[in-house]
Amino acid sequence: MSAPTATRPGTIPPAGRTASPVRLRSSRTAPKRRSRRSIGLTLAMGLVLLYSLAPLFWLLVNSTKTQEGLFSSFGLWFDDDFALWDNIARTATYDDGIFLRWLANTLLYVVLGAGGATFLAVLGGYALAKFDFPGKKGVFAVVIGAVAVPGTALAVPTFLMFSQMGLTNTPWAVIIPSLISPFGLYLMWTFASEAIPTEILESARIDGASEARTFFQVCLPLLTPGIVTVLLFTMVATWNNYFLPLIMLKNPDWYPLTLGLNAWNAQAATAGGEAIFNLVITGSLLTILPLIAAFLLLQRYWQSGLSAGSVKE
Amino acid sequence: MNKTLTRRGLLQGSAVAAALALSLTGCGGGAPTAQQTVSSSAVEEALQKGGKLTVWAWEPTLKKVVEGFEAKYPNVDVELVNAGTGNDQYTALQNAISAGSGVPDVAQIEYYALPQFSLAKSVTDLSQFGASELKDTFTPGPWASVQAAGGVYGLPMDSGPMALFYNKEVFDKHGIAVPKTWDEFLEAGRALKKADPNAYIANDTGDAGFTTSMIWQAGGKPYKVEGSNVTVNFSDEGSSKFTETWQKLIDEKLLAPVGSWSDEWYKGLGSGTIATLPIGAWMPGNLSSGVAEGEGKWRAAPLPQWEEGGKSSSENGGSSLAIPAAGSQAALAYGFLEYSNVDDGVKTRIDGGSFPATAKEISSPEFLNAEFKYFGGQQANKVFAESAQNVVQGWSYLPFQVYANSIFNDTVGQAYVSDTKLTDGLASWQKATVKYGSEQGFTLKE
Repeated sequence: MSAPTATRPGTIPPAGRTASPVRLRSSRTAPKRRSRRSIGLTLAMGLVLLYSLAPLFWLLVNSTKTQEGLFSSFGLWFDDDFALWDNIARTATYDDGIFLRWLANTLLYVVLGAGGATFLAVLGGYALAKFDFPGKKGVFAVVIGAVAVPGTALAVPTFLMFSQMGLTNTPWAVIIPSLISPFGLYLMWTFASEAIPTEILESARIDGASEARTFFQVCLPLLTPGIVTVLLFTMVATWNNYFLPLIMLKNPDWYPLTLGLNAWNAQAATAGGEAIFNLVITGSLLTILPLIAAFLLLQRYWQSGLSAGSVKE
Repeated sequence: MNKTLTRRGLLQGSAVAAALALSLTGCGGGAPTAQQTVSSSAVEEALQKGGKLTVWAWEPTLKKVVEGFEAKYPNVDVELVNAGTGNDQYTALQNAISAGSGVPDVAQIEYYALPQFSLAKSVTDLSQFGASELKDTFTPGPWASVQAAGGVYGLPMDSGPMALFYNKEVFDKHGIAVPKTWDEFLEAGRALKKADPNAYIANDTGDAGFTTSMIWQAGGKPYKVEGSNVTVNFSDEGSSKFTETWQKLIDEKLLAPVGSWSDEWYKGLGSGTIATLPIGAWMPGNLSSGVAEGEGKWRAAPLPQWEEGGKSSSENGGSSLAIPAAGSQAALAYGFLEYSNVDDGVKTRIDGGSFPATAKEISSPEFLNAEFKYFGGQQANKVFAESAQNVVQGWSYLPFQVYANSIFNDTVGQAYVSDTKLTDGLASWQKATVKYGSEQGFTLKE
């Protein structure tokens, strides 16, 4: 985390030799920067871009088609009739508007689950970074170990435990496991140790601020980029969560969007079920929109959060 | 992870089954019918008293049935839960039974999966409510499917007597006659391929339900179940009839390599590249909603025969409603089963496009004379009803068919994508099935 970036030889311009050591560390301020354009890399980047955008493009194109249009038209271009608005209206009203219920459920799980996970990660990360207490190394080992265990592996034991507690088939079965984010905690820990100078804490204490006040008024603003980063991570994880709700929830009234869309998709494979591929596709489009919006809105923080800790001033 | 859990559930279940089978030795075939111990007035009383009933089902017409039921019995509150389709739901049900909590009062269970639950006594024997008396209420195929060890473990909800759905437009265009035997089916497949290289007589990438139904129709009896003694043998005459013809269809690439229920499948059914569909009689609903552009082009015909002039048929799909043994409101649950599968609910479901399993409805003029707009005004129910009467008797599924079907693609499925022959595929399916069954505590013979 504290590796000086300036040791990369390519980033040191010849003129930099006379510059102050501080300037050396920042390639952005280096004068006479050579153009480092590479056709090969640009091409490879373009391919990756195409690879990531093609499914989105497909989704966008096909959400404008009717159920029949999906089969009769070319998959990667628009059909003659533009049915997007109709599809959206039907998605929202199909089966007594259950889609909106799923959307509300997902929002609930994200606000309580991801919000709670972020809050706990910030508290824990700050404490681990700025306070010394016995057993800290042990906590470190546990957290690092927990990062390595995929949530999917814990889903079944959690299910058995929750079913004994009578919590399955309730929203709590999704929210409570979502509250734990070892990776978020680890991220907040490293971020807090970099972003909050111990001197600030000391001066706050000397000025007579309580620990709570120091945390909320002095440290939280400094932690904002890290918080947003963790929030985005946990939001994406909770929004896309599939396996945990799959085994925890049986009642469609508590489904998040992921499970609901899957149920709609499965309808086409059911005797007597109605095939609604167009609504599944439109529903999927509507499902990813909030995530895209969250990323665009929080992008600025996200970037500074990612690079946090990589540069030591 | 999920699978492990299921297997564990199965293990416990079948241990119970094995123990029970020991005490019930000899109760296999001509077993005595259990006596009614709960009177119908007790069921009626439970219905009037009311309560909350959880029903796990994915069958779409049940929603209306529940509305009707709640209107008739205002004190009962039914929570209809779609806990997944088919396998997903069985996994969830098995998990709930193992965990001992969250078990529904009523569950939809397909005929092929019912033995798994009935042998483990995970579902209630309904003879105690007098269900044994309902023999003549239901058509023979579904009724046989809910019997096990002298008990009745579910009430048939719908059925799928097989028929041949075909795209008349395609057949007319190329001047091909609708096949009456499987040999003619093969010929038609060749003729169609010749006329239009992009068109296929049917689609098949290996489907356990379809293959077993085909062997069933051919008179094969690969599974024999008596208590915990299970025989699996795919080398009988019926099975080889099927493999011989089907191997030719595979070898000559006459079958579209498209899995059923995929979006490609729906597309092929609409565009005419998949010309026929040998499948259960519940298909019309799916055709009209999933293949709307095929309206007027499709027709239904009797399933092609293995012998000229034959009249044999089999069941494909269909499900029952059963009462999980862990529930505490069996009488109330049985009241719902009766309403849905014997009384008023049947009509509600037929109106919703479901194919009935009750003898009365299947032979009523109103049902038989119904004209299907989708099939160009054809009275298709006549075809289906005849098929229902001609279902070959004596078929049984394995008490672990859900698992067996789940490994079908690893074994028989190979015949569709490699040089493996269908017979070899069936042999390795048999081997894997036998191995699994023995692990579960059954006595297996090949």
